[in-house]
Amino acid sequence: MQDRIKYWKGIEELENTPEFAKHAHNEFPEFLPLNETPADSKSSQVSAPRRDFLKLLGFGLAAATLASCEAPVRKAIPYLNKPVDVEPGVANWYASTYFSHGDYNSVLIKTREGRPIKIEPNPMSSITPLGTSPRAQGSVLNVYDNNRLRHPLIKGKEAKWEQVDRDITSRLSGINGKVVLVSSTVASPSTKQLIDEFGSRFGSFEHVTYDANSASALLAANGGTIPGYDFSKANIIVSVGADFLGSWIAPTPFAKQYIQNRKITKESAVMSRHYQFETILSLTGANADVRVPIKPSQEAALVAALYNSISGQGGSAPANVDSKAFAAAVRDLNANKGKALVVSGSNDPGVQTMVTALNEALGAGGTTIDTAAPYFVKQGNDAQMLRFIEDMNAGTIGAVFFYNANPAYDHPLADRVASGLTKVGLKVSFAERVDETALLADVVAPDSNYLESWNDYEPKRGFLSLAQPVISPIFKTRQMQDSLLTWSGSTTTYYDYIRNNWRKVASGDFNTFWDKAVHDGVLETGATMLRVNTTANTITAAAAASAAGSRAAGNGIEAVVYEKVQIGPGYEVNNPYLQEAGDPITKSTWGNYVTMPRLMAEEMKVVQGDVLRITTANGKTIEAPALVQPGQAPGTVGLAMGYGRDLESMPVVRGLGANAFPITTVANNAVSYSSVVKIEKTDATSPIAQMQTHHTIMDRLVVQENTLANYQADPKKVTTYIRLTTHDGPVKPATVSLWDDYEYKNHHWGMVIDLNSCIGCGACTLSCNIENNIPVVGKAEVINRREMHWMRIDRYYSAKEHEEKDYAEMEHPADNPSVIFQPMMCQHCNHAPCETVCPVAATMHSSEGINQMAYNRCVGTRYCANNCPYKVRRFNWFAYANNDKFDYNMNNDLGKMVLNPDVVVRSRGVMEKCSFCVQRVQLGKLEAKRENRRPKDGEIVSACAQSCPTDAIIFGDMLDPESRISQVLAKEEGERAFQVLEEINVQPNVTYLTKIRNLA
Amino acid sequence: MQHVSPIREPLVTGGKTYHDITEDVCRQVEARPNMRWAIALAVALVGFAIFCYSVYRTLWYGIGEWGLNKTVGWAWDITNFVWWVGIGHAGTLISAILLLFRQKWRTSINRAAEAMTIFAVICAAMFPVLHMGRPWMALWVLPLPNTYGSLWVNFNSPLLWDVFAISTYFSVSLVFWYIGLIPDFATIRDRATGPIARRAYAVLSFGWTGSAKAWSRYETVSLILAGLATPLVLSVHTIVSFDFATSVIPGWHTTIFPPYFVAGAIFSGFAMVLTLMIITRKVFKLEDYITLEHIESMNKVIILTGSIVGVAYITEFFIAWYSQVEYEQYAFINRATGPYWWAYWSMMTCNVITPQLFWFRSIRRSLTATFIITIFVNIGMWFERFVIIVTSLHRDYLPSSWAMFSPTIIDVGIYVGTIGLFFTLFLLFAKFFPVINMAEVKAILKSSSEVKPHHQRHTNTMHGTPKDSNSNTSHSNE
Repeated sequence: MQDRIKYWKGIEELENTPEFAKHAHNEFPEFLPLNETPADSKSSQVSAPRRDFLKLLGFGLAAATLASCEAPVRKAIPYLNKPVDVEPGVANWYASTYFSHGDYNSVLIKTREGRPIKIEPNPMSSITPLGTSPRAQGSVLNVYDNNRLRHPLIKGKEAKWEQVDRDITSRLSGINGKVVLVSSTVASPSTKQLIDEFGSRFGSFEHVTYDANSASALLAANGGTIPGYDFSKANIIVSVGADFLGSWIAPTPFAKQYIQNRKITKESAVMSRHYQFETILSLTGANADVRVPIKPSQEAALVAALYNSISGQGGSAPANVDSKAFAAAVRDLNANKGKALVVSGSNDPGVQTMVTALNEALGAGGTTIDTAAPYFVKQGNDAQMLRFIEDMNAGTIGAVFFYNANPAYDHPLADRVASGLTKVGLKVSFAERVDETALLADVVAPDSNYLESWNDYEPKRGFLSLAQPVISPIFKTRQMQDSLLTWSGSTTTYYDYIRNNWRKVASGDFNTFWDKAVHDGVLETGATMLRVNTTANTITAAAAASAAGSRAAGNGIEAVVYEKVQIGPGYEVNNPYLQEAGDPITKSTWGNYVTMPRLMAEEMKVVQGDVLRITTANGKTIEAPALVQPGQAPGTVGLAMGYGRDLESMPVVRGLGANAFPITTVANNAVSYSSVVKIEKTDATSPIAQMQTHHTIMDRLVVQENTLANYQADPKKVTTYIRLTTHDGPVKPATVSLWDDYEYKNHHWGMVIDLNSCIGCGACTLSCNIENNIPVVGKAEVINRREMHWMRIDRYYSAKEHEEKDYAEMEHPADNPSVIFQPMMCQHCNHAPCETVCPVAATMHSSEGINQMAYNRCVGTRYCANNCPYKVRRFNWFAYANNDKFDYNMNNDLGKMVLNPDVVVRSRGVMEKCSFCVQRVQLGKLEAKRENRRPKDGEIVSACAQSCPTDAIIFGDMLDPESRISQVLAKEEGERAFQVLEEINVQPNVTYLTKIRNLA
Repeated sequence: MQHVSPIREPLVTGGKTYHDITEDVCRQVEARPNMRWAIALAVALVGFAIFCYSVYRTLWYGIGEWGLNKTVGWAWDITNFVWWVGIGHAGTLISAILLLFRQKWRTSINRAAEAMTIFAVICAAMFPVLHMGRPWMALWVLPLPNTYGSLWVNFNSPLLWDVFAISTYFSVSLVFWYIGLIPDFATIRDRATGPIARRAYAVLSFGWTGSAKAWSRYETVSLILAGLATPLVLSVHTIVSFDFATSVIPGWHTTIFPPYFVAGAIFSGFAMVLTLMIITRKVFKLEDYITLEHIESMNKVIILTGSIVGVAYITEFFIAWYSQVEYEQYAFINRATGPYWWAYWSMMTCNVITPQLFWFRSIRRSLTATFIITIFVNIGMWFERFVIIVTSLHRDYLPSSWAMFSPTIIDVGIYVGTIGLFFTLFLLFAKFFPVINMAEVKAILKSSSEVKPHHQRHTNTMHGTPKDSNSNTSHSNE
């Protein structure tokens, strides 16, 4: 071996003089000329010569000048005493529960430096392990809502909690008349018990429960609980007006069940068949295999006919209902007894009684309905609420408390509620903001947000879950339960109250049990705590069926009030993320509108955006713009609830849309969500902010579907593959290329989207928006087609019948179209057209297959967006943060707390797009690296994939042969796997799986 | 000296002497500004003010002030850019290619045409910068050494090619134009009476002496620059067309674009030159220098290039059908019958149908008709770019993203504003610079001037000019 070559620093080192040896360990071996005095000035004692003095003076002057320049004052408060478990830059996750008006999700909450910033599903839960609802995704912003009450109010004036407590306890002690607590469904066992205990102090107390979107008739027909539907066990699903994937009862758990036996593989090529009879085109109807539009007035007759057919009395489809589809439904139901389920969204007790009888006749009990585990997510009793309203007006109510309830807005008799309230001595609202009812209350004792509160839930018998605070209350709010405890004179906190309550279901050491329960967020031992009132049904199915037969078909236009998937009944409307999320069907944002069938629009000479005046039976008028909706039943219109708010506390939604509740009526002691109305066209127009304005696929091969029969016959024939013609015959487009392929050595990230699983709910879009700090741009900018969503769900209607290449005809959707959803985001092309055209190379390919954007390099030519065949790139037309023109969450200090610190907030003038959640990829790789291993499959998941309630999106490393994505791709290659626009050879890293329909 | 057939139409009418030429051209520079010029400048300045305001709104608030959206990322901005670049082409063509081909008729129009080129390129160059989201970072499109490590421009991008093409074109055109101006500046300097004018024109004329050596060098440099500029006539618009041709968007991805864009550029450029010339010759009384012969020759170029453009439009349709690519087919059917059908048919009418009227000699030689048709061509060529850009983008591959584009007042303001900017510059040029190249016109006077006194037998036919009327024996030299 050769000797190491020695390099000398200089001749001194070679000679190794004593002087060199002395200074060798100094970085600066020369003697630095500090304090040097001239060698010849023997007498001088001055250690700082004039030159140094001047140098220092000059430096000091420059430094002082620079320091006096104005620098922005930034307040940063260091952790003097760092809280345990809070590491700056490392997220903490807490299990909790989101429950709002039926929408139940067991969730994990991601916090960074003490701020909740993201909601993800809790995989420990067996009810909602896969994903969350869109509203649960958006709910993280509610806690940062600037318009929540910051303190209690007494008579509309700011008050202190002590004052409130004093005021209420003194007034309660001398109360005359009945004390009532009005709430929407309380699915919390401890809260329910607490309310009962609170009420027991009074001579006369009632806990009145009602739901804005009521399931009262369903409850009445099933003894006070919601049957434990299990869609995963049903081969045949017949839904009459129940939007169970979007807004009916418990959509997130139902979606998970529903999709379970609609995912197909070669090995088990079977899936459920879903019939939907409904008025508006709902999310559920869009997913149905057979969809039949019916008027609301036909529901009873239809269910009666079904009941008669199944119970052997022979029935035929009511007039004007597709008899072929009806016959097919009856045939399938009869053939699948014990594996069939009928649900109805009707709030008519007769209809629900027949549905219950139908399910009994079909043998659903114990199979498709888990009788041991009914749902508790809706408990509202319309009759009770109506009686209470009458009592109020009669003056027999002494005090009323409103908890999660806003009847002055969302009850058909809102006027009677308002007039009745004037006769009540003490009116207390727990509303988080001054809503319509709180405006009429004496005291508003604002409840904390769920992210600031302890609570427990039992959405389904035997399935308990906990909610824990992840941030201390931002404002001077107090949990409603703590208020009740205080007013009961108790000194325990609600936290202790829950803990004590849970001792009932504990096993083993309680502290260990409790810690585990809080950690897991759920307790699924079968233990149950929630007590509900059981009732007996007074109607028989036979009687209901004969009554339905004798009922006259409705005349005139029937209007239906429905709940939007993203908006709900109207409690979370002040959330800009939810407002801009867009309805899954109409793709419209920011407001409601009258959905109208094409024929009616043509007869009335109405075009989209024309404002219509709806006059209800009792003479109230509503004005809202028209939206021509394919699939809407003839002779009907629809209007979504939640809008028409004129409150200072809801600036986001103020002035948007119209209040639909005046259309609802009360019949047979139940709320009816449809009524006959008159409609006239006004001269006004009001644009509807739609994110998609072209609705048909134009006979293009961008999204593929086929039938189950074809799939069973030959799975290799369900997908059309584009082949280029060459002199060697047809070849895959990817084999003909001018380009060199990238070489991926470590990872190759990719995504597979199963169109058969996607129900189009849009939870992924919201999840993406929140994860990636995507700005909200507002209604005007959505109308300008400038929403910033990185991920969108394209919704296509089938076109009406047309000749081949008759482009004008194929632009029009069919009157009852089949609907297909296609999640669309950056396809991360391996031969990306955007990458070649950027003059400054701001967008380029990563070594792991991700198409990246360097925001701070982008000069904003928009060439990349023009050249993107998928149109997934989004440009920052304005500054969306810190800009008063866009007064949403990025324009106030509180709203900004929701921003993900791992993702940059983009400046004006740069392009942005889906990054495959590169921050999550990097985090996953870093964590694996820290543990000296490769990232495990499933460890790195994009936000959209994580939040999908139906597991339609798979994200992973395509280089890892063991990963789920590789296995799915290998299996589906040549069968269902296809890439969009394969012929232009951009070679996307996103693959779709053909949708399969189980047509009757 | 090149031989000129005596039966050719004279290029300079009115029996001008060398001195007359000097007088006629310098009169505009030396006289007080006339009222019509002042009014025109005032109008142009209003346009320029609109430009400044619109640019301020764009820069201060963002590109969102325009009507663009997530689907249509370019519209009026790049339409205007291509339109202005196209207009500029005629100047280079006239001065460079016609110089190389020794076309004498170019001498009286090349100066104004070159000026038009430069001003049009200035207007055009505004758009690539203004349309950027962050124009203050515009220097990043230049391959400048930087401290950011390996950051470099992307040589694959046609936008980068544009940067080089436009900047080269502008530099060469500017130098070419200025070199041509030097002898004329010297003439004005020598005639100037005021101290400011003398000083200013002395600086502008770079100390021109008019020596034989200077003239020899002048000729050489002109030839070299003409040689340099000639390929630019073809390359600039070829490269501009690459912005579209190299993309994947149906309606853009078309190999016919380079020749079609070059023909279109010459077409629109000649139309603009004519529009301006017809006004200038009238206002400045230059009818003897810019004659009907000039106008007719240019109209012939317009017929030719207009027909090429028309054939290109039809070829695009044929290829869309022949390719059997459904996206391509739809893109073209959508152009003609979709929501922007009016833009397409405006383009077809203005660009393909109206110029065909020039087949009639009377129309070709009619000033009014020419003026109207050239305006049509200018409008049509603007629509051509609008059609290519907007109708291709607004409905491309995925129908879910299809959208419409409608301009905002700021879009309109910037476009109208660049016209204001253009005319401001052109009017200042027309007032302070010699609008006709005196030196070159004088050079052809001997061979191509009309003899005034013997005009009784002058006929209207092109080849009927009597022999003796074109002799230059009766000329008196200056």
